[in-house]
Amino acid sequence: MTPDALLEVRGLQSGYGVSQVLDGLSFSMGVESVAVVGRNGMGKTTLCDTLVGFVPPSGGEVRLAGRRLDGMAPETIALAGIAYVPQGRRLFPSLTVDEHLAMLARRARGRRWTPDAVYELFPRLAQRRHHGGADLSGGEQQMLAVGRALLLNAPLIVMDEPSEGLAPTIVDVLVEAVHHLVAEGVAVLVVEQNLRAAVRMADRQLVMVSGRIEAEFSGDELLDRPELQRRYLGVGTAAQVATATQQTEGEHA
Amino acid sequence: MTAAVQSRFAESARDRLTALRRPSVVAVVVVAVAAAAWVLVFANGTPAGAAVDDPGKFLVTALDAVTFAGLLFVAASGFTLIFGLMRTVNMAHGSLFLLAAYVAIRVQEAMVGRSRNIDPADVGLLDWLVPLLAGAGVAAVLGLLIQQVFLQWNEGQEMRQTLVTLAITVVLADQMLREFGGLAQRVVWPGAVTHFFSIFGERYATTRLFMLAIAVLVGVLLWLWLTRTSVGMVIRAGVDDRQMVRGLGINIRRVFALTFLVGSFLAGVGGVLGASFAGAAPGTDGSWLLNALVVVIIGGLGSLKGAAAGSLLYGTVVAFSPAYLPSQYSYYAIIMTFGLLALVLAVRPYGLFGRPA
Repeated sequence: MTPDALLEVRGLQSGYGVSQVLDGLSFSMGVESVAVVGRNGMGKTTLCDTLVGFVPPSGGEVRLAGRRLDGMAPETIALAGIAYVPQGRRLFPSLTVDEHLAMLARRARGRRWTPDAVYELFPRLAQRRHHGGADLSGGEQQMLAVGRALLLNAPLIVMDEPSEGLAPTIVDVLVEAVHHLVAEGVAVLVVEQNLRAAVRMADRQLVMVSGRIEAEFSGDELLDRPELQRRYLGVGTAAQVATATQQTEGEHA
Repeated sequence: MTAAVQSRFAESARDRLTALRRPSVVAVVVVAVAAAAWVLVFANGTPAGAAVDDPGKFLVTALDAVTFAGLLFVAASGFTLIFGLMRTVNMAHGSLFLLAAYVAIRVQEAMVGRSRNIDPADVGLLDWLVPLLAGAGVAAVLGLLIQQVFLQWNEGQEMRQTLVTLAITVVLADQMLREFGGLAQRVVWPGAVTHFFSIFGERYATTRLFMLAIAVLVGVLLWLWLTRTSVGMVIRAGVDDRQMVRGLGINIRRVFALTFLVGSFLAGVGGVLGASFAGAAPGTDGSWLLNALVVVIIGGLGSLKGAAAGSLLYGTVVAFSPAYLPSQYSYYAIIMTFGLLALVLAVRPYGLFGRPA
């Protein structure tokens, strides 16, 4: 284990019933932003759900700052320091914006992230504080989901497809928020289907194929290499993907 | 080809469904208008007579409806609270209702110092309030015990939880029969509220209004608890998405336990109110479980607003049918309840304020 690793995932196996989705997945990250990219059905959401305890792993280890968290209950993992912004936001339709934050305010009192601090980060939410969670625009919903997670004051935030269905200007706000968080010492693990957003949010991008991390890139490398995109992300036609796989054989794998 | 056929079939099925929906709304309006017109103008051959001819009888029936709805609401609110969060149909709700009633009767007898034919004049407000809290307290503790000992191991297994609570009702019913006997008994209202007043020449009991006042108080407190406190927010969030609540670091088991405690307490309050209003006897448990079920099915499982609306509708039908059905058909008043159920479910299959589970 590298000394500065905050999150250490080793040989993680997970799935639903007999169908194995994560197949010995390993990676580690420090206080930084890391993106996991990959095609549909490669297990990205299962990775998130397993990290936060929604899906129990069938093998492997998850350590946060050295403490083993795999197999623990979701509430234990959340309190131990992994906050979750799930795919589709999963806000509570019965609650207003204010109530989403108020229900978590007591534990957040006196810490860095309080409801007021969240409103300061996302002023648009403050204007909508009495609206229902379901009445918000997609971008506002995402801001609320991030704000809700922040109230845990966790050292690591896992975001599943945060840019999904958002207008480019809103994605900009999110990208800025992610960099802001990392600068404040919060690690962010982003799972993204949107390559451009992933590259903008994270310096390191891990490519997930069939339940494993197959390759790692940094900076804009992936954006400039269409043949890599074809091979790992299935961008383009089937024939193009096959050619790209042949061309890049031996690289990165 | 097959896909095209399927989609065309699906489309026509959907069309037929939407076509069915509108007539059912129309049917509801027609039924409601016809019922109102009947009660107001045409109901001459009935026990109460048309409302325009006998406004006193009408007013009394309306008061009966609202006050009975209050009792229904108290009994159903705890039931719907527990179901909404835990997806558990707590079949023991009626048993807790009856047990609280019996406990209150015993406590009241001890406080007044007599065991039969207690005169309301001898019953002070405290001689009613303390038994109320004692009965509801016992129900709350027993409910919590049931949840902790039997239900929490079967989280998410609705069928098992339902069968377990059903078994508990059978055991409790026998034990209560052994302990409290088979005769109907009642909690005596405090003398301070036991009066009659007259409206349009009809005598009406103040105790029924007192019962309504308590129900309103319970409703307001419950509403404040659910909307203004962080626990209430967590409970509502848990109704929406239990797993996500856990993902925010909230121990949902503790919330379940608290909900069961409060829901069982409410069953107990309902039981003592019911025993003051209509008495307690073996079988009361089953009939009040049924009442609570009907209310929440009409109102929508898991919704407080639904419990209030369902209580009012059900209370109205229960009070008005025997008074305004033609005299020779009064016997069939009970059928109207099922008519109401069928009508509501035809228009809103999940109840008035319900959402798919």
